[in-house]
Amino acid sequence: MITCMGDRGSDSAGLAVFSSLRERNLRRYSLCSPQSGFDWKVLGEALRSETSCQVDMSWIENHGRLVSSVPAQTLERLLIRKFPSIHLLSVGRAIEIYKDMGHPKDIARRYQFEKIEASHCVGHTRMATESAVSLAHAHPFTAGEDFCLVHNGSLSNPWSLRRRLEKQGIRFETDNDTEAACRFLEWRMREGQSLEEALQMAFGELDGFYTLLMATAEQMVLVRDAFACKPAVVAETPDYVAVGSEFRSLAHLPGIEEADLFEPAPEEIYSWNV
Amino acid sequence: MERLDLEKLSVRQLNQYLHHELPSNLSKIEILNPNGLHNIAVGLDMPVMVDVLGHAGYFLGGMNKQAEIIVHGNVGWSIAENMISGRIWVKGFASECAGASAHGGLLFIEGSASSRCGISLKGGEIVVGEHVGHMSAFMAQAGHLVICGDAGPGLGDSLYEAIIYIRGKIQSLGADAREEPMELDDYAKVKELLSQTGIDYSPKEFKRVASAKTLYHWNVDSDQEY
Repeated sequence: MITCMGDRGSDSAGLAVFSSLRERNLRRYSLCSPQSGFDWKVLGEALRSETSCQVDMSWIENHGRLVSSVPAQTLERLLIRKFPSIHLLSVGRAIEIYKDMGHPKDIARRYQFEKIEASHCVGHTRMATESAVSLAHAHPFTAGEDFCLVHNGSLSNPWSLRRRLEKQGIRFETDNDTEAACRFLEWRMREGQSLEEALQMAFGELDGFYTLLMATAEQMVLVRDAFACKPAVVAETPDYVAVGSEFRSLAHLPGIEEADLFEPAPEEIYSWNV
Repeated sequence: MERLDLEKLSVRQLNQYLHHELPSNLSKIEILNPNGLHNIAVGLDMPVMVDVLGHAGYFLGGMNKQAEIIVHGNVGWSIAENMISGRIWVKGFASECAGASAHGGLLFIEGSASSRCGISLKGGEIVVGEHVGHMSAFMAQAGHLVICGDAGPGLGDSLYEAIIYIRGKIQSLGADAREEPMELDDYAKVKELLSQTGIDYSPKEFKRVASAKTLYHWNVDSDQEY
């Protein structure tokens, strides 16, 4: 799916992978280094020697995969102090993120997407319009724990949203418009709303064009803006649900001939429980 | 009859074949594995029948002249854009901007069409078996849009001389669009178009929507809130 959609966006790509929930005290951390050749063993050792926490460190390409009982804040402080070049891409009991610059086909090969096993995944191929092409600007974006969002479109009021969120103490990592939508929704959920309620509010708050596909550990949710400016096609079968920008990306899925295919309506919330 | 497989040919090879190499005595072609690909069978200009066996992508049958294309599946954005003549029949649903700016010919969508169906229609005929999305027939200048189901918001916004016939509910009319009484000519037109598609509704079930023509001239006294 992601290789096919390289035709629509070829400057970077990413994949959020939701696999089985880790124990209550453990978190999956996805980390990345802007340069290749970073020694992830050193980071694992530093974490182990500074905390008495369980540390399970593995890596692929320039991404580090950490499963640990260390709290997110402790990890972030250590990164700032000792490994300032390392980005924290995601935190959660289920989520892992892989994203990088380059053609989606190459990224899928380098990060061995074909070997990934998960209950649900959210992928994105990017053609940058509003902000720079960089690993940090690639989608999926994350905020909080076990939440990710990908966006096709462009927002016209990300900075006003951002100023509002910054007053709530919410920190941003990029100047990307999608990050504003992602952090807005996560903020509403942290304030007690369901993702559906947060989206209902976002329909009034987000100005611009968007098809948004989001996931939590238990849910996948899809919306399009009021004008349905950006495409989406859904395929539902007894075995899976697949969402793509176009049918092209679904055409080679098994059993697609029997799938219930539809185009989501504007400002309707489509959600699937995993 | 000839079969052309898009898993073996590129869309460009297919279209070049259809434009330049098609034997004049060939009356029917089947296209296999359309798989959502864009620009299938665009710019045809010969009386040939084309069966597309599966779901197609964007711009299928654009600028079509004379050819009769049947899609045995759904289509993406802008099917039959700028069609000049001929007939395009979609057995599934059509995404946005179906029949955009078509000058002639008949586009028949058996299922629903998404938003902006018949946008800027310039004389083509469109029949939709089920529903249409928002802003359908926006700025449509000539031709007819027959909707057998319901229409989303903003139907017929800023219409010129195109006429809409609708059987179901209208979520809202667009600026300057209004319902008008059906006349004998209207019943005859609906009957003619439905008979070409094999749909069996009575023309009496349809309403007529046309331009109120209040936007034709600049009104200096208006508060510009159309």
